[in-house]
Amino acid sequence: MSVLGAIAVLGGLTFLLAIILIIANKKLYVYEDPRIDTVEDMLPHANCGACGYPGCRPFAEALVLQKSLPGKCSVSSDDGRKAIAEFLGVALGAEEKQVARLACAGGTNVAINRARYNGIQSCQAAALISGGGKGCFWGCLGHGDCEVVCDFDAITMDEHGLPVVDVDKCTACGDCVEACPKDLFSLQPISHRLWVACKNLEHGNAILEDCQVACTACGKCAMDAPGELIAMKHNLPVVNYAENHNTQIPIQRCPTGAIVWLDDNGVAIKGKESAPIIRKGSRSMGSS
Amino acid sequence: MNTESLGTIFLNAALVNNFVLAYFLGICPFLGVSGAVKTASKMGMAVMFVMVISSMCAFGIHTFLAAINAPYLQLISYIVVIASTVQLVEMFIKKMSPSLFRSLGIFLPLITTNCAILGVALFQTNKGYGFIESVVYALGAGAGFTLALLLIAGLREQLNFADVPQISKGTALTLFIAGILSLCFMGFAGLGAQ
Repeated sequence: MSVLGAIAVLGGLTFLLAIILIIANKKLYVYEDPRIDTVEDMLPHANCGACGYPGCRPFAEALVLQKSLPGKCSVSSDDGRKAIAEFLGVALGAEEKQVARLACAGGTNVAINRARYNGIQSCQAAALISGGGKGCFWGCLGHGDCEVVCDFDAITMDEHGLPVVDVDKCTACGDCVEACPKDLFSLQPISHRLWVACKNLEHGNAILEDCQVACTACGKCAMDAPGELIAMKHNLPVVNYAENHNTQIPIQRCPTGAIVWLDDNGVAIKGKESAPIIRKGSRSMGSS
Repeated sequence: MNTESLGTIFLNAALVNNFVLAYFLGICPFLGVSGAVKTASKMGMAVMFVMVISSMCAFGIHTFLAAINAPYLQLISYIVVIASTVQLVEMFIKKMSPSLFRSLGIFLPLITTNCAILGVALFQTNKGYGFIESVVYALGAGAGFTLALLLIAGLREQLNFADVPQISKGTALTLFIAGILSLCFMGFAGLGAQ
């Protein structure tokens, strides 16, 4: 068996296999729109899922198939979205910007802890131990799971242990909504200014022992609000944003400042009759 | 000529001398694609398919090379055949299930370099199996590979929710399980022919 023979055998074998592969390639060819790759490159590669698709590539596929619009991507800049819309020749489909809003205002300066928690510094872990050490069962535990989970550095914990959302940086990806064991975050269109910053379900002033800015379910805001703007549900005011009243009236008579008006930067403005909280330091442990 | 019954060959390849857990071949996808039972089972199927096809081809090539008296071409020919088969499977999966194609990722083309497949081709030649025996041997090896993959994938899925020490999370834990599984399979040793 000469070298030439070996070459002939191997050459023949590879030639045969090559033919099989060429035929298979023709039969099993999958057409992929080349625009998908281009659009994917134009997207921010954050894979955050805010658009409603599992990642940037599925979103790019949806864009090319015209099942979605570039405006759904809340992470891209305006120019980026426009570039994609122009590239695909579709409408921009601008969506109103959404931001994460926290339904709690009980920082350490206004709310007490009934127990000191010394375990793993995570809200998820703390919540497992009879709901965490906070006096108010519904309130923010302040260990900053949301700050950790935020990919865009939009959440920082303030000096009273409450997360503050940077409205400009927030992309409404919803990670903080999932991270919070107390379900305090929700995504809201930025035009929703009237905001109930409390989630406690108790009725009456007893809750003020635990938190000075809690909603006591007095119902004054619902009474003052025009039309059907606010309804009391489970001892909390629920704002019906579909009513579309751009008014600050409901916050004015709130005794604790649990219902607030948010300005452009997400800073809460409280009503005139709410008791001013000027304490800088923390409240001590619960009354014993 | 070998005198084992087909059932013995199958069980021998699948359990007693399991390619992953007794021979330690094909460890790469065993650790890489065992995160979810669904993906693991598909990967197992793909490997089994490639094993059977390449085993058939290997038998043909072996006979042919023996006829022209050139057994030194055996290894290189096997590799060429396996590579082509994997290409074929890759095209097929991309056509049939793009999502599976993406979840298998780099491990699909890496079946080419999966030593378990070359192992099947070489072992069957060494043992002098006939055509039917070779196919059964490849089926058994594929089933054993799938079984090992499914076992570890199931364990890993359960352990996702278990409270394990921080230091052993991830790869370390997977290696622990792999070792324990391998120990379990050692219990089969000596049941069949080596």
